[in-house]
Amino acid sequence: MASFASTGKIDIKRQTGFGFIAVACLVALYLPILVVLVFSFNNAMSIGASWQGFSLRWYVTLMKNQGFFDSAILSIVVAVAATVMSTILGTMAALATTRVKRWRGQGATMLIITSPLIVPEIVSAVSLLAFFSFIAQAFGISFGILKIVLAHTSFCIPFAYLPIKARLEGMDVTLENAAADLYADRWKTFRYVTLPLLLPGISSGAALAFIVSFDDFTITQLIAGPGETTLPLFIWSRIRNIVTPELNAMCTVLLLVSIAFIILSFVLTKKKQD
Amino acid sequence: MSELATLQDKEDTRRHRLLALPAILIMIALGLIPLMIVVVYSLMAPGEYGGVVPKFSLEAYVSLIFQRDMFDDTLTFSPAYLEIYLRTAIFGVVTTVLCVLVGFPTAYFMATRPADKRNIWVLLLTIPFWSNLLVRTIAVMFIIRDEGLINTILLDLGVIDHPITLLYTNFAILLGLVYSFLPFMVLPIYASLEKFDFRLAEAGFDLYANRFQVLTQIIIPLAKPGIVTGSILVFVPAFGAYVTPLLLGGGSHLMIGDLIALQFGSSRNWPLGSAFSIVLMVIVMLALLFQLRRSGQVKHG
Repeated sequence: MASFASTGKIDIKRQTGFGFIAVACLVALYLPILVVLVFSFNNAMSIGASWQGFSLRWYVTLMKNQGFFDSAILSIVVAVAATVMSTILGTMAALATTRVKRWRGQGATMLIITSPLIVPEIVSAVSLLAFFSFIAQAFGISFGILKIVLAHTSFCIPFAYLPIKARLEGMDVTLENAAADLYADRWKTFRYVTLPLLLPGISSGAALAFIVSFDDFTITQLIAGPGETTLPLFIWSRIRNIVTPELNAMCTVLLLVSIAFIILSFVLTKKKQD
Repeated sequence: MSELATLQDKEDTRRHRLLALPAILIMIALGLIPLMIVVVYSLMAPGEYGGVVPKFSLEAYVSLIFQRDMFDDTLTFSPAYLEIYLRTAIFGVVTTVLCVLVGFPTAYFMATRPADKRNIWVLLLTIPFWSNLLVRTIAVMFIIRDEGLINTILLDLGVIDHPITLLYTNFAILLGLVYSFLPFMVLPIYASLEKFDFRLAEAGFDLYANRFQVLTQIIIPLAKPGIVTGSILVFVPAFGAYVTPLLLGGGSHLMIGDLIALQFGSSRNWPLGSAFSIVLMVIVMLALLFQLRRSGQVKHG
């Protein structure tokens, strides 16, 4: 044993069975998703597991589904609005809490900004429901779709904030100092040096904020009023009624949108290592 | 000169506070204040059609444990809600343990791949990490239904005569929870193992430790911060799970998250739902403190 180790022949990193578990884990994570995807092309009338041949008919049916389109558009509008707001606020907060002289309240600020990550989603959902219904009762103000945008903005902020903060932490201060030496004022330094360097972090944070908003089900379901149906809510309403592969097609579309944004965010995060 | 520097510092601090202010205000308005409203609601009487009557009452907390007799107002011990909390806690703990058992070997395997392959593995785990939870849960439902993939294959192979009931069981919920939150465990453990210096393992081998000893005495203790973070990331959403038991438990196997939503919906006892939420929050916070203290010990040790 020891002689093996000293000659370097033994692979010290190997642990028996770990490779098998890792591959099994990956298969288990992807199998259900792949089944949904494959059966969205099934030329069958029901979502049973028998394969009746390849067909795009359920995507064609989906394209004609007005409810699907309306909810997809609402989801995009809400996600874009929440992403823009949470990214701007997250960037500002990251700039205020990273690479700065520690200020009183900074720790509390970071805690409150990341708090949506530790509060169970169902608790956030019912507290927002109670909050908006209280405002509606006390002041007679009903926000409509704006309440979904505001709620999404609040829970998207930590997802935008953290990648931007991480990027800032890894950034070289010498470039900004050089700009200051060249008599750039604070704003010019930020606009022409800090911001371009920070951009991959901001884009990565924005992509995550978009996914989190676009995918949200629990909070939206509890606070949405009648007619305010986002895509996940639309799919939810159809689980029990639709028994055709159109449901698979809907799920596939939703999944592909998230995957596109995940890969985008991943690539942008990896950039910082270059 | 130093006075000027102090002045500059003060100016900077003021600027930083101002810069963080909008985000803080949003989080207070839409996070802290709503939570305070839930605390207040839990101490009020239920309204007839949902909402609350602004009158102080501890009834919601009393009915967590007792049932009030309709006629003579006597209280009898009723563990129905406590049982649901217990069930939820068991689901949360078992999910976390299963995720560690599967997640650690996976993360270890990933961390010991060559650098270019590691990136692919990380991407492959990042995709389910962020993918839509509702769709992923529906996907599990498709597989374990009576007409789903598993039963169809087993029937075709002649292993079974009629489908095994998997959906709407405790097993289905557990499977769904592990499936949903496994990536939350793998990625933090991977992050802590990625930085692991394998010369330490080599030193262990030189001192005649076997593979198992190197794993349990050297690698696992050093990966503990990742395991603790992963456990928090799995336990908190598993304990507060709402969609998973709703879809895979079929309404007969409630977890506390569903019970909360139910109180704010059809059966409409908002104070009771608020009390449930507060108790849930307290348990989650205690679990967090417990875990953080344990990870704190690692640093000292």
